[in-house]
Amino acid sequence: MYHDGKLGAILLFLPPSLLLFSLFVVMPIFNAAELSLYKWSGFGEVTDFVGLKNYANLLSHSVFHQSMWNSVKIILASILLQIPLALGLALLIYRKTPTNTLFRLVFLAPYILAEIASGLIWSFIFDGDYGVSAQIASALSIDPFYILADKRFAFLAIITVIVWKYFGFHMMIFIAALQSVPTELIEAAELDGASPRQVVTYVKLPLIAHALKLSVFFAIIGSLQVFDVIIPLTNGGPSNSTHSIVSYLYTFGLTRLNVGYGSAVGVVLFVFCIFTALTYKRIVIREGKTT
Amino acid sequence: MKLAKFFVHIAFAASTLFVQGVQADTVKMLLVEPNTVASKDYYSAIKNAFEAKNPGVTVQIDYMDDTSYKAKLPTLLQSNSRPDVFFTWTGGVFFEQAKAGILKDISADMNAGWKDTFPEGGVGALNYKGKYYGAPMYAASVVLWYNKKLLAQAKVDPAAIQSWDDFLAAVSKLKAAGITPIVAGGKDKWPLAFYYGFLTTRIAGKEGIANADAGIAGGFDNPDFVRVGSEFKRLVDLQPFQPGFMDTNNNKASGLFGDGKGAFHLMGNWLYGTQKQNSTSGKGIADEDLGFISFPTVAGGKGGANDTFGGINGWLVTKNAAPSTVKWLQFLLSKENQIEGGRQALWLPIVKNSGSGISNPILRQVVGQFDKAGYHQLYLDQALGASVGATLNDVTAEIATGEITPQQAAKRVEEARKMR
Repeated sequence: MYHDGKLGAILLFLPPSLLLFSLFVVMPIFNAAELSLYKWSGFGEVTDFVGLKNYANLLSHSVFHQSMWNSVKIILASILLQIPLALGLALLIYRKTPTNTLFRLVFLAPYILAEIASGLIWSFIFDGDYGVSAQIASALSIDPFYILADKRFAFLAIITVIVWKYFGFHMMIFIAALQSVPTELIEAAELDGASPRQVVTYVKLPLIAHALKLSVFFAIIGSLQVFDVIIPLTNGGPSNSTHSIVSYLYTFGLTRLNVGYGSAVGVVLFVFCIFTALTYKRIVIREGKTT
Repeated sequence: MKLAKFFVHIAFAASTLFVQGVQADTVKMLLVEPNTVASKDYYSAIKNAFEAKNPGVTVQIDYMDDTSYKAKLPTLLQSNSRPDVFFTWTGGVFFEQAKAGILKDISADMNAGWKDTFPEGGVGALNYKGKYYGAPMYAASVVLWYNKKLLAQAKVDPAAIQSWDDFLAAVSKLKAAGITPIVAGGKDKWPLAFYYGFLTTRIAGKEGIANADAGIAGGFDNPDFVRVGSEFKRLVDLQPFQPGFMDTNNNKASGLFGDGKGAFHLMGNWLYGTQKQNSTSGKGIADEDLGFISFPTVAGGKGGANDTFGGINGWLVTKNAAPSTVKWLQFLLSKENQIEGGRQALWLPIVKNSGSGISNPILRQVVGQFDKAGYHQLYLDQALGASVGATLNDVTAEIATGEITPQQAAKRVEEARKMR
C-alpha cells in the first residue's frame, strides 16, 4: 500500500501526537461521559450510579435553557455584528501604510488583553457608583444607571464586550486574506470602470470567501466556549440570566459540587460543538469548493 | 477547552510545590485571601515565631481569593499537592470532605487536652461522626449594623427596633427621609441570603431547620419556609436597597456603607474593618457613629430571640499531613496568639478566655451576644451543603428582584434538597 516510504513516516510521526491526543482529548471526553451517569460531589469514590438522571435534570432546568439561548445569541451577534465590523475595518486598513499599522495595532489591542482583565475593565466602565458610567450620568445630571444589574440590559452589555474583544482577531484574518488578493485583478476591474463598491463585492469578497468561512467557523466555536468574560462582568447574574453554557457548567457543576451533573453539561456542549462543526463543514465549506 | 487547560496549569503549578515540600518538614497552609492587610501580617509574624522556636520546620502559607478557593479546593484536595492544613467554614462541605476520607482524624491530639481549650459549641463544629478533623479558630456573627448619623437624620431610634415590623417601619421612615435604608451586595447573592437565613433562624428555628434538612414535614417546602420568603418579600417591596444593588458585590457594598451611602447593613462582625478599608477615604464610619443591633425577632417564630447566626471557622488537617501540622495548629491557636488576634480586631477568637484582648468596645459587644445566645446557627449555605446552599442564595436574589414568589422559592429549595 505505502511504497514511497510513507509507512515509515506514519509509524514515526503518528504515535506521539496520537498518544497526546488520546491522553488529553479523547480520554477526558470518555471520562466525562462516564461521570455524567453518576452523582458525584467531587470528593471520594465514584459509586452512586444514577443513569440518565443528570441529563433529565439538565433538560428540565430553566437556567440551562436560558444559557443555551444566550450562547445562540452570542453566535448570532458574532456573525451579524462582529464579522461585518471586522470586515469593514479590514477593507479600510488592509493596505500596508504606517497609519494603517497603527490602526491595526489599536484594533487588535482588545484581543491581546487577557479575558479576565477586559472583563474587569468593563465592569468598572459599567459601574454606576464609581465607574465611568457614573461619571457620564453625573455629567449629564441624570440618575446613575446600572447596566449589569438590569436583567434587560446585562446580556447586551456582555455581547458588546464580546464583540469589542474579538473583532480584532477576525479583522486580522481578513487583512491577511485581502493582502493576498492580486492587485492586477483590482486594477483590471477599475480600468473596466468598476466603482469602489463593485470592486469590493465582485472582486475582493469572492476572493476572500475562504477566510470569511473560516472566520464564521471560529466565531461559532468561540461563542460556544465563552466563559472568562462573563465571570468578572456579571458572574451569570442577575438571577442567573446571563450564563453561557460554559459558565453554567462551572457554576452548577463545579462550584455546587455536582461534578456528575457538570459532566453531563460538558457532554451536551461537546455534542453541540461537534454537530455544529460537522454540519458547517459539510454545508458551507464543501459547497464552497465546488463552486 | 480553556477551563480544562486552566485546571491542568493549576495542577502542574501545585505539583511543583509538592516536590519541594517533601524534602523537609514543611507545613503547607492554604487559606482564603484575607480582607485586610493586617491579617496577612499577623500570619507571617506567627509563622516566623513558630519557625524560630522549631528549627527545621518551615511553614508555607498560601492564599487564594474566596471564589477560587471554593471552586478549586475539591480538585486540589484529591491531588498529591494538597495542603497539610486548610481553612474551613465547617458545615456541609466539611462533612463531604470527611466522608470522602481525605481528612486526618486528629481525635487523639484533641482528647489529650487540646479540646478543653475551646468551648464545646466551637470544637463540635469540627467533629464528624465522633471524630475530630480540625480545630476552630473564630466565630463570626451576623448583626444589623447601622450608621448613627443617618438614623438620626430620619429620626429613627435603633434601640426601639425589636421586632421585624419595627425594622420595616424604620426602613419606610428612612426611605421617606430620602436616605437609602439598606446597603446590600446582591451580585454575590449570599449577602442577601443573610436576610433569608436569619429569618429562617427566627421563624423555623434550630429544630425546624434540622427537620427540613432531614426532609420531615415537607422539607423546605412548608408554611414556615414560605413565611420566611414572605417576610423577606415584605422588606423587598419597600425597595430598601441602594440602586443597582444586583451589580454590587460584597466588597463594594461594605465600601458604600463606609461611605455613608446607606443606613443599615446586615453583615458579619468583620464589617467593622472592611467598611473602613473599602470606603473612599479609607476611614469609613467613625467608631462613635457606628452601631449595631441584633437581628429583630419575628412574631410567632419558633427560634430563640437571642439565637445568633454566623460562622464557625477553623482549620482542617488533611490525610498524610506533614508531621508538624498539629504542632503548628496548636501554636497558632494558643491562647496568647489568639488574644493577639482579638487585640488587633482581626476576628473574634474562639479559644477560651481569649476575648480579653478585644479592646474594641463594639467588637466586645458582638462577643457578648454569644454569651446570651442559646444556639448559634451556621450560615445556611454552609450548613446545608453546596447545592441546597447555592439554591437558597439564588432564590433569595430572585425574590429580591421580584422574579419569583415565596411559594416558588420554597419549592425550588426543596427540589434542590431532594436532588442532593
